[in-house]
Amino acid sequence: MAEITPEMQAMIGVWSEPVVLEVEKGAIVRYCDAVHDDNPLYRNEEYARNTRYGGIVSPPGFFGWPVGGGNIEAGMARVVGAVAQAGMLRILDGGIELNFYVPVRAGDILVTYGKLAEARKKETKQGGMVFLIIEQKYLNQNGALVALARQTLICS
Amino acid sequence: MTHHTEKKAEIKPKKQIYFEDVNVGDAVPTVSKVATSRMLVQWAGASGDFNPLHYEDDFAKAMWVNSPIIHGQLKRAWLGHLVTNWIGDEGTVKKLACQFRGMDYPRKMKTMDEPHEGDTYQCKGVVKAKRQENGENLVDLEIWVENGQGVKNTPGSATVALPSKK
Repeated sequence: MAEITPEMQAMIGVWSEPVVLEVEKGAIVRYCDAVHDDNPLYRNEEYARNTRYGGIVSPPGFFGWPVGGGNIEAGMARVVGAVAQAGMLRILDGGIELNFYVPVRAGDILVTYGKLAEARKKETKQGGMVFLIIEQKYLNQNGALVALARQTLICS
Repeated sequence: MTHHTEKKAEIKPKKQIYFEDVNVGDAVPTVSKVATSRMLVQWAGASGDFNPLHYEDDFAKAMWVNSPIIHGQLKRAWLGHLVTNWIGDEGTVKKLACQFRGMDYPRKMKTMDEPHEGDTYQCKGVVKAKRQENGENLVDLEIWVENGQGVKNTPGSATVALPSKK
């Protein structure tokens, strides 16, 4: 049953605990390899040094790995758990909007917070579905806002 | 023991595109992607998305899709590549957005590094608007991923800042 439970309702607007992410150079290369993106800006130290960044940066959308292991999206795990609890077995990624403010550099230590921003129930041809908007914000070691992400999850 | 030395081949930056070069209606050079089961495994490891929907046949069927599907976020990353490939080192991605409206499937591997015949995905874009805001030269793009049948299951948009010749 696609329903917004009181548990999910109570999560709306509440930021998760922070998750610390390390943007390791090798992780950037692995990410680019998976995308088949060979841009030297993301992997070649010497090349990157001579660009306006002065060093290797991360491609838009990669924010490194949690220092403590586990899931990147801090808000996600809680919310996904609540969705499963509500008996919704199918969660689809509906889309994402990313806004970027400051470049992410190799060696950065980021901190991210996630929250359930919105929950809406819609009747569709396939039956009832719950649309969740998850917001994720990323800050760097200087306290600067690096990026904001808004992801739509479609649950049924 | 082999002694590894880094290749010293000099990598030249690509030709930079400038705000003045861009016109509404211009096409962004297409970036092609062959998605394979191998690429999906690589992406799972590199992104941390270990949802079995992307590698387990029976689980995929239980989730009402025919077989493992391509990660939406991998398609988002392809679109990121489309955009950064166009704007060059001097350009900046300000916004990247896309929707996942349909399922796309990877090719299976035939050999260690050769995929079976199948879909090649085309990442494409077109310039929708140019504007100057807070001293930045912004370009708005419509972007999308097309499957082998030309179906746009992943429509999106992007905003980039480009350098000026002035």
